[in-house]
Amino acid sequence: MKTQQQTSEAVTTAAVRVKDLSISTTTGIQVVSDVSFDIAAGEVLGVVGESGSGKTTVGLALLGHTRSGLRITGGSVLVGGEDILDLQDGDLRRKRGSVISYVPQDPASSLNPALRIGVQLREVLEAHGRGNRRENEKRIAEMMREVALPDDPKYLARYPHELSGGQQQRIGLAMAFANRPRLIVLDEPTTGLDVTTQATVLSTVRDLAAAHGVAALYVSHDLAVVAALARRVAVMYAGRIVEVGPAENLFKSSAHPYTRKLVAAIPRLSGGRALLGIPGHAPSPGQRPPGCSFAPRCPMHLAACDEEVPSLVPVGEGHSARCIRAHEVVKQLQVSVADRVDAENPDANEAVLTLRDVVARYGKVEVLHSINLTLGKRECLAIVGESGSGKTTTARSIAGLHHDWSGSVLLGDQELETAARSRSRESRRQIQYIFQNPYGSLNPRKTVGESVGQPLSIFGIAKGVEADHRVAEMLEQVSLSASYSRRYPDQLSGGERQRVAIARALISSPSVLICDEVTSALDVSVQAAIVDLLGKLQHEIGVSMVFVTHNLPLVRSIAQKVAVLADGNILEYGDTAQVLTSPQQSYTRQLIANTPSLETTTRASGLNIG
Amino acid sequence: MSTTQETIARLEGAATPTPPVRSSTLLARALRLWRTRIGALFVLLLVIIAIFGPYVAPHDPSEFITLPNTPPQGNAVFGTDYLGQDVLSRFLHGGLDLMVTAAVSTALGLLLGIAIGLVAGYSRNALDDVLMRAMDVMMAFPQIMLVLLAVSLVGPQKWVVIASIVLTTAPRVARVARGAALPVIERDFVAAMETMGQSRIRIMTGELLPNILGPMMVEASLRLTYSIGTIAALAFLGLTSDPNAPNWGTMIQQNRIALSFQPWGALLPIIAIALLTLGTGLIGDGIARTAAGIDRKRDNG
Repeated sequence: MKTQQQTSEAVTTAAVRVKDLSISTTTGIQVVSDVSFDIAAGEVLGVVGESGSGKTTVGLALLGHTRSGLRITGGSVLVGGEDILDLQDGDLRRKRGSVISYVPQDPASSLNPALRIGVQLREVLEAHGRGNRRENEKRIAEMMREVALPDDPKYLARYPHELSGGQQQRIGLAMAFANRPRLIVLDEPTTGLDVTTQATVLSTVRDLAAAHGVAALYVSHDLAVVAALARRVAVMYAGRIVEVGPAENLFKSSAHPYTRKLVAAIPRLSGGRALLGIPGHAPSPGQRPPGCSFAPRCPMHLAACDEEVPSLVPVGEGHSARCIRAHEVVKQLQVSVADRVDAENPDANEAVLTLRDVVARYGKVEVLHSINLTLGKRECLAIVGESGSGKTTTARSIAGLHHDWSGSVLLGDQELETAARSRSRESRRQIQYIFQNPYGSLNPRKTVGESVGQPLSIFGIAKGVEADHRVAEMLEQVSLSASYSRRYPDQLSGGERQRVAIARALISSPSVLICDEVTSALDVSVQAAIVDLLGKLQHEIGVSMVFVTHNLPLVRSIAQKVAVLADGNILEYGDTAQVLTSPQQSYTRQLIANTPSLETTTRASGLNIG
Repeated sequence: MSTTQETIARLEGAATPTPPVRSSTLLARALRLWRTRIGALFVLLLVIIAIFGPYVAPHDPSEFITLPNTPPQGNAVFGTDYLGQDVLSRFLHGGLDLMVTAAVSTALGLLLGIAIGLVAGYSRNALDDVLMRAMDVMMAFPQIMLVLLAVSLVGPQKWVVIASIVLTTAPRVARVARGAALPVIERDFVAAMETMGQSRIRIMTGELLPNILGPMMVEASLRLTYSIGTIAALAFLGLTSDPNAPNWGTMIQQNRIALSFQPWGALLPIIAIALLTLGTGLIGDGIARTAAGIDRKRDNG
């Protein structure tokens, strides 16, 4: 109830009011249309959307900025009663950093690597006419305390590369809040940070915004993060806000089919359900249908949907959706799907891959200390941990990409050499690796068909027409059509590239598939589809999987067993459900607590849903 | 300037990702630039002169038609040279040898250099250091000096000229090839091939080489420019296998004394060599600009 009062208050005392914001390319193609929202002082508004939805474009427009090739064609951005979009260059520059500020996604690239952080913080103050040196020193110390960093001169004399990613991002926050702006735009500032670091950065944002009455716009692709941080959330799709409302209502009783699908695509810690991807992909600007943009992918599609763009239909207090059937959608139950993960597996006792006392080094530094793991037949073993925990090193050692390790890795009952090159061709065929970044793992100069067909010639499995036939078959199996084989990687989306990488890994019928953070570069709905595909293939082909990830909830949706890695040691190892529901180690408990998820936030806030 | 401002300025370049361009289209794209077109026109013109010149030459290149150093007149459009031979005829005969020698030695130098660069970069061990330090030593001496040394020690035979240019071109190419290959080596598609045990030579030719063709094309035109200059300089110094054969470089040397009253004997080959090197240089610049534009967009994507 309290939130709802605050929400209605927010409307009347909005610090920031965006009205009918429209942005198009210089060639006249609409990229963002009719975006309107208010943010109250001290409030955080979350904007979620998948890549290409226009969320970052909107965030930058709030600073009166557009990327090259784009221009703002209409609407207004009122900050403290003044329209930012009407300002001249000089005035606009004075406002940036003082009245409106920006925190970018990558902290490392937004700090000048050649200047000490103290100097950079002082610059922000001096750029806006705060010249008094002694006063500035005091302000800098205060700023550092606000973001929970040490304020001693020794720390301030450090260079950005001497700080961790989380510390760098907190310096970014300190700079953004330095001049007590009215509006702050945060563009995915926690992407690329560990959950623990992410949790502290998020609470810093929330506390600072509330304490200083700053209106904050938090742009993210991660629904769970937004749910943890923002009271109100706007969902963007194809350049429009399709749903806006209080976070709890939005995620528990979504009024737009897209939001509903998006929520269904998010992995949950609490239940090992199969994830549902959204079929098709979002229309790119210039190819958007005349009616509702989501209509071509919508399960509740009516003929009327194609006629005109629906307006926002109110379905509750401060909650509305751009769907003509919003009132029906909001009453539906959130879809739930039967478990696939916990299905019986009689073969699991037969070990396919065994790691015994594996110790790995980088130079003189030991990064893995005595790792023992067993992967059963048809089983999926997840290796989770934060960055630097050694999870990728484990995966690379198994594949023979990292050479400097000792101990033994057994494939079946046969011991493997350390380096892939010194192993037998047969054992190299048996273990296949899928990389994190589908943009890097395919040769840009090779067609999809050439890339997928390569293992066939390397392992001497097939050639000529027979190989082409196998490639076509494999592409169908990963839900791409055979016609993709003539395309080049740059003509594919991220999800499609990852499917190609999966096809290349599976075409040689391996017995062990190593997936190294395979979904971390992808959108949630694409992630869901890829995880769904991997789960399906695992059952159909009977391949065993090692699934390396930092995403705990995702583990629940794919793996039967999980190993929690920290500082090169296995802290916890067992059945997924058991480890995630009753963790034995405090580290695991902490990791789970820091993981933002839709349930924990709605549970914690304890509000009744309208 | 606040940091926010700087961040936004940095985002300016981050436009929509442009698909990486395959090298067949790199040349086509480069030809959209005027500099590349002008360069190509120059080169094409001179190649045509060099190939078809001998067939249209009015006189035999070693025929004495009138008095030495005669200014342009009826049967000698550009006058005669220091021995009384027709300048135009000697000019039309004198280009092909220079161009073929330059092209062959540059091509071989490129092949050797790329091979050394790829082996060094991909070896990831001491071999890299050994090879590259050796290249550094070679590069410490100017190309013309090493070539002169070889020619004066062994003699001005064609194979010595070609071999010495190949050996002095390769280190410079190797540096660039290695530098271009290093970021490609770190990409996952190379690791993917390694897990499957693809042979080293196949990884170098199939995965690395296609991805460094852009910078190598730029390097090729630059090296060709230098080779033409070096070979012409050798001829100018009289270091050719046959000093009496028509040759642009020799012509400049032989006729420079008459520059004030019968300039054509030296001027014609000077203009030709200038346009040829300018042309290859412009093509290289055009490719470099096109590749850089594409690469900048790709990096942000």
